[in-house]
Amino acid sequence: MGEAAKTVIFEIERRNSTDEEPYFEKFELPYRLNMNVISALMEIRRNPVTMDGKKTTPVTWDMNCLEEVCGACSMVINGKARQSCTALVDQLEQPIRLQPMKTFPVVRDLIVDRSRMFDSLKKVKAWVPIDGTHDLGDGPRMPERKRQWAYELSKCMTCGVCLEACPNVNDKSDFIGPAPLSQVRLMNAHPTGSMTRDERLNAIMGEGGLGSCGNSQNCVESCPKGIPLTTSIAALNRDTTVQMFRNFFGSDRMVD
Amino acid sequence: MDNREFLMRRLHSLLGIIPVGLFLTQHLIVNHFATQGEAAFNKASHFMANLPFVIFLEIFVIYLPLMYHAFYGVYIAFTSKHNPGKYSYMRNILFVAQRFTGIFLVVFIAWHVFETRFQVAIGNAAEADFNMMENILSNPLMLAFYIVGVTAATFHLANGFWSFLVTWGITQSEKSQRMASYFTLLVFVVLTIIGIRALLAFV
Repeated sequence: MGEAAKTVIFEIERRNSTDEEPYFEKFELPYRLNMNVISALMEIRRNPVTMDGKKTTPVTWDMNCLEEVCGACSMVINGKARQSCTALVDQLEQPIRLQPMKTFPVVRDLIVDRSRMFDSLKKVKAWVPIDGTHDLGDGPRMPERKRQWAYELSKCMTCGVCLEACPNVNDKSDFIGPAPLSQVRLMNAHPTGSMTRDERLNAIMGEGGLGSCGNSQNCVESCPKGIPLTTSIAALNRDTTVQMFRNFFGSDRMVD
Repeated sequence: MDNREFLMRRLHSLLGIIPVGLFLTQHLIVNHFATQGEAAFNKASHFMANLPFVIFLEIFVIYLPLMYHAFYGVYIAFTSKHNPGKYSYMRNILFVAQRFTGIFLVVFIAWHVFETRFQVAIGNAAEADFNMMENILSNPLMLAFYIVGVTAATFHLANGFWSFLVTWGITQSEKSQRMASYFTLLVFVVLTIIGIRALLAFV
C-alpha cells in the first residue's frame, strides 16, 4: 500500500456535569473528504476510544439544523466561538481543540445552557405586541427597502457566539450582550413594534443593559450571520440618548 | 426602571471628554510654553495658578470629574474579561489598552499631583514652576515615567473620544466609526507630540 491513512486529531474539553472539574481527552479518527466538526463528533460517538486506546463515554454536544441557522451547535473551536456544523476540518489547524462556550453554564461536555439569552429577549420585550380584545387588522406597511434592511437583523439565531466573544459578558457583569440589544433595534424598526419602542428603550437602559457595552466590537467580528451588531448598538445609543432626556424632562412624545 | 448604571456609564463617558479631556489638552498646550524658555513657561503657569476662583475651578473642572472618572473607570476595567489573544481584532486590542492605560493613569496622575500641586498646597514649594519640573525630570527614570504617562493619557483621551462618539450615538455606521478612528489617531499623534516636546524642554 502507498501512503499511511490520513487521520484527524481532536482535543476535547470534557466534564460530566456543571460543577465537575473539566479534563481534556484526545481522539484520532480517520480523515474523510469534506468532514466537519460535527461529523467527527458523530464518529467519536460511534467509537468512543481515546488516542491512547482508552474506552471512554461518548462526547455530548448540541445540534439541530446542521446548516448554520439554528445556533444550537455553537462551541469554541481552536479558541474562537463558532458553529461546529460549518467548521470544516480542512480549514482548521490540528489538533482541533473543542471547548464549550464557558460564558454560559456548561451542562455536560460541549453542551451549554443558553437560557440567559432567551430570558434577556423577554426582558427587553423583543416581540411585537398584537394581542388584544378585538382584531386590530393589518398594521402599517413597512417600506420594502426597510424590510430588506431589517431582514439582516432578523437573521439572529441566538447562538451565543457574540456573548462568548464579548469581554464584558462574564460572571463579574450582568451585561445581557449584543444579540438581545440588536433585537430591540429590529423590533423598534417594525411599524407595529415601534408603537411600544419607549418600553424597549427603557428596558435596555436598565441594569446590565446597553450602558455596559465597552465597544470592543468583538461581536460584529464574530457574528456568523454578519449582523451589524455594533451599528445596532450605536443606533440604540442615539435612541436612548433622546429617551433619557425625554424621561428626565417628561416629554409627551414617548412614541414618535 | 432602575437605570442608575446606564446614567453612571454615560456620565463617565461625558466627564472623560468634558471637562477632563479638555483640561488635559489645555494642560499640555500650556506646558508647551516650556519650549520657549523658562520665563515663558513661568509666566504661563503663574497665570494659570492665579486665575480668579482657581480653587473652585480646580475642584469642579478637575478634581471631582477626574476622581469620578478614575474610580468608576477602575470598576469598569475590573469587570471585563480580556481576550485579545483569541480575538485579536484592532478594536478589541484598543479596548484592552484603554483599560490598562486607565489603571496606569490613576497611578501616574496621583503621583504627578502629589509631586507638584500637592507640594505647593502644603507649602513645600512656592509655585509649580520651571525649576520644579526641571528637578523632577532630571532623573532619567522620572523622565521615562512622565513620557509613558503623557503618552498613556493622550492615547486614553483619543481612544476615549472615539468611544464617546459611539456611546452617545454620534457615529453609528461602520464608515463613520472608521473615519472617527482616523480622526482620533490624529488627535493622539498631535497631542503626544505637544506633550513630549514640552517634557523634553525641561531636560
